[in-house]
Formats: sequence, structure tokens, C-alpha cells
Amino acid sequence: MNKALARIPLYAFLVLVALFALVPLYVMVITSFKPPAEALISRMWELPSSLSFSAWERGFSILRPYLINSFALAIPATLLSSLLGSINGYIFSMWRFKGSEIVFNALLLGMFIPYQIVLIPLVQTLNAMGLFNTIPGLVLTHVIYGIPITTLIFRNFYARIPMEIIEAGQIDGAGLLGIYRRIALPLSLPGFVVVGIWQFTQIWNEFLWAVTITSAGQRPVMVALQNISGSQIVEFDLQMAAALQAALPTLIIYVLLGRYFVRGLLAGAVKG
Amino acid sequence: MAQTTGAEVASGDLGAVPDEAGIARRPRRRWVRRAERYLPILLLLPSVIAIGVFVYGFIVWTGWVSVSNWTSFVRDLSFAGFDAYTRLFSDFRFLSGLRNVIVFTVLFVGVSVVIGLVLAMLLDRDPWGAPIWRNLFLFPLAISFVVTGVVWQWLFNPRAGVNLLLERLGVETLPMWYVSTEIIPGWRWGQIEVAIPVALVAVVVAAVWQMSGFAMAIYLAGLQGISEDLREAARVDGASESQIYRRVILPMLLPMTITIVIVLGHISLKTFDLIFVMTGPGTGYVTDVPAVYMYESTFRANQFARGAAISVVLLVLVVALMAPAVWARNRTEEAASE
Repeated sequence: MNKALARIPLYAFLVLVALFALVPLYVMVITSFKPPAEALISRMWELPSSLSFSAWERGFSILRPYLINSFALAIPATLLSSLLGSINGYIFSMWRFKGSEIVFNALLLGMFIPYQIVLIPLVQTLNAMGLFNTIPGLVLTHVIYGIPITTLIFRNFYARIPMEIIEAGQIDGAGLLGIYRRIALPLSLPGFVVVGIWQFTQIWNEFLWAVTITSAGQRPVMVALQNISGSQIVEFDLQMAAALQAALPTLIIYVLLGRYFVRGLLAGAVKG
Repeated sequence: MAQTTGAEVASGDLGAVPDEAGIARRPRRRWVRRAERYLPILLLLPSVIAIGVFVYGFIVWTGWVSVSNWTSFVRDLSFAGFDAYTRLFSDFRFLSGLRNVIVFTVLFVGVSVVIGLVLAMLLDRDPWGAPIWRNLFLFPLAISFVVTGVVWQWLFNPRAGVNLLLERLGVETLPMWYVSTEIIPGWRWGQIEVAIPVALVAVVVAAVWQMSGFAMAIYLAGLQGISEDLREAARVDGASESQIYRRVILPMLLPMTITIVIVLGHISLKTFDLIFVMTGPGTGYVTDVPAVYMYESTFRANQFARGAAISVVLLVLVVALMAPAVWARNRTEEAASE
């Protein structure tokens, strides 16, 4: 009994932080289901008197093309950067050569630069390639600047495969590609899930590249959402519904596969 | 386990290569072996070139733009000297942004570290529903700063959100949050007041909401690495629970703290989206940051040299944060491995 009493402050603090974490979600959800007449900022905290899908419908009709853009961006970019990271990580963990650690660290540093430092040349280069203001241009950008993190996660992942398996493969005459295809790749599924979820979330949520590289009809959903929120004439309930819709894909992934998301989070932060 | 996998691969491989190729086996193998020596490098080449050009090459390129005459829509890469930099350091907007981003970083990283540490220590005591709490504190990490900005903009709107609750509690002078132009007095340095703009508090709260779960996750991983034996040993030696935390656990969490400072610090120094969406530069630039000024200089005002110079300063800030932190981490890692 005493022990349970001693734990009250612990739970009180947890509940407090949980409320803090849930407040924005609460406001987004309840507002997006309010009838337009009740969607006043002065009644922000009040539950809707009846369920209305008006804001959802209006929000979706605006966001739809941009949601499609975001999928057309995030899916290929995620697949390509995962594949590239897998090959790089495989080589850096199992086929080290003289100077490979230096190359690896040089790649890794690319992760920590403030991206403003490459913004002007990037726009110029994409322009020269005819990729400015296109989804493929954004895909290319995300694939290239995703190399450090995907390589790091895969290198740490492959480092856990025992060297004996590789050596056995070599003795049996399999080469670098053979071992990759027959041994490393089949064992890679969890690695691809971690990297895939991480990259998809980052690319979906990204704003700086999106706002500088694309305009008008090519915009991903986050830029469209920013435009909606920046406008004084857009209603509060529509803004909340649009914000929720833009957040939903990554939220769903988090709910279903949160464990892998957290592994990506830790893998990205802790150098192996 | 290892043996069987190897054997399976071998049988598959031997079956495929000589029969299909139909070439004498030995010479081909030798050729393949020689090519394979360079294969790792060959496969890495696309990535190495891409990063070489798009990171390192572009940094040099931006550096050149920052000392060029490119100050209009027309590209002019002739050398101008360091005018853009000298002008920046007497530019009220830039200096305000520099002050803001440093104040913001200290507050945001500091508060996130404290909240993350407390949450991790509480969850490490295995309360009821630990995974539920953990998932609840981590979900904001899956959300975009843009969404965070949109929602918190309304929550800290002086006529809505938090102020409605404060009003109901009977608070008479409601805070203006990010609209406030007040600056908690500090000291003057040239044109600007080195102090804390009140408007930044609202942005810090939103950023902490989004990222403090990251600190918690890193600390939790660190705490799980500290064995129960070690704590038990300390207990046997007569240490109290609070002593165990102070003397044993906190020092062992130092590498995690450094990691958190590196990751959150560099995110914070280049903050763009949250400010851009939630507040903009603000009245008197109380919520401006260099990344927003860089964007507006370059892509709205065509002041490419100025934009490039701001981003060089940002890079220097990030290096200044990371170099000592990485050095400290390597030292603690060496100490740990000894």
C-alpha cells in the first residue's frame, strides 16, 4: 500500500506529460469533426454537439492533388534510397578496403550539414538538369541527401551478421554480388523496414526542399498545408482537418509499426 | 546454422555458373576475382560522387556565391570580397535572428534534455502501462514540423487556445505569446539586445512538444544498458536510491546527453519550417532565425550573396556545436572502453 502511494507523483507526472502530448491531437480531431457553425476559436476546447464531415470533405478536396504528389515523391524516393543504403552499408560492413572508414565518415558528415548551405547550388543544378519544379527533382534530392543515414543504418544492421556466414559463402565461390543476393539481402527485411519507415516519414514531413524546389501544382502536401494555414480567409476547422489529413499517413505508420520507427530513431542517433 | 546457410549458397552457386556460361571455368574465375577486387569501390562510386558533388562541392560553391557580386536576379559570380559578411554583422535583422536561434537552441535543448531524462527514469522504474506511455510520448516525432506549427499557432493565438483556459482560471493579464514584442532585458551589444524575446517561449514549447520524446528514447536505451547488477552492487555498498542515480547512473548517461545535444542542437540551429509556419519573422524580428532570413534573402529578394553568407554562418554554428561534442563523445567512449 505504501509503495503504491509513493508512486502517485510518478503517475501524476506521466499523466501531465501525456496531456501535453495529446492536446494538439485533441484540438485537431474535435475541430475537424465540428459543424462549421461551431468551429469558432472561442469554442476551441468544446466538443462538437454533432458529428460533421464538412471540414474533412473541404480539406480533402483542396489537399487531394498534393497528397498524391507526396505519395509520388515519398514512395520512389524511399525505395531508391533504401536500396542504395543497403548496397553501401553492405560494402562498408563486409567488404572493407583500405581507407573505407575514411570514406564512410566523409559520407556520414553529409547528414549534419544545415541544408541551407547547399540550397543555392542545388536549385541551379536542378534547373540545369531540367528537374527544377518537378517531383523527380525532389526524388533525386531526397535520394542523394538520404545516402548518409540509410548507409549508416544498413552498415550497423549488416555488422550484426556473423562474418562466418560470409566466409563460408566466399569459400564456396560466391562473390560480392552473389553473397549480397543470396545471403545479405534475404536477411535484410528488418533493415529495409526500419530504413523504409524512417525515410518515408522524413520525406513526407520535409518542408525546406519542397518549398524551394517546387511551386504550384508540383507541391507536396506540407507546402500546400502551409499555404492553407498562412491564408487569413481559410477557416479554422478546415485548417485543422487539413493538418490532420497531412499528418495521417505517417501517424498510421507510427501506430502500426512504431517499434521499427523507434529503431530508426536510435540507429540514426547512435553511431555504431 | 552458419554452416548450412553457406552450404546452400554453395550448391546453388556451383550449379549456376559453369553450366550456363559454358566457358572454361578457371580463366573466367580468375578474371572475375580480379574484377571483384575493385567491385566494392565501383559500387560505392555513385554515392561517393553524389555526396562529393552535392555536399562538399556545393559547400564550396555556396562559399563562392557568398563572396560574389550576385545581388540581383542576374547571376554575377565575379569576386566582391567579404562585403556580404561585413554587412550581415551590422544588419539588425540578421543579428536578431542569430540571437534568437542561440536562445532558442539553449532553451529547447535544455528543456528537452530535462523532460526526456525525467521521463526515461520514470519509465525505467517500470510503471503500469510502460509501453503505452512510451508510445504516447514518442508519437509527435512522426509528425511534421509544419503540422506542429499549424496547430500550435492556434493554441498560442492570444485570442484562443491556451489563453481561453487561462481566462477561465481567472488570469487577468493574458500573455501575448508569439505576438509579444517584449524582450526580457539583458545587455546591449551594438544594435541588438542580447536577451530572451518572450515570443520565443511559444515556439520553444511547440518544439519541445515535438522532440522531447527523442531525448527520452535515447536515455531509455542508455538506462537499459546499465545492468541491474551494477545497481545491486551499489545498493550492497550501502548507497541510497538517490545516490545511485547521482553517482552511478547519471555519469553513465553522459554519452547519451552528448548525443542528444548533437542531434537536437543541429536540428535547432537550422530551424526553418517551425518558425516559417508558426510565427514568421515577427514584429521587430523577435522570432526571426537565420534560416528564414536566408530563404527570404535568396528566393524572395534575389540577394544570393547575402543568402549564401547566412548559410555559411549557419554551417559555422553547426560545426562549432558539433566539434566539441564529437570530441567529448570520443573521449567518453575511449574512457568507457579502457
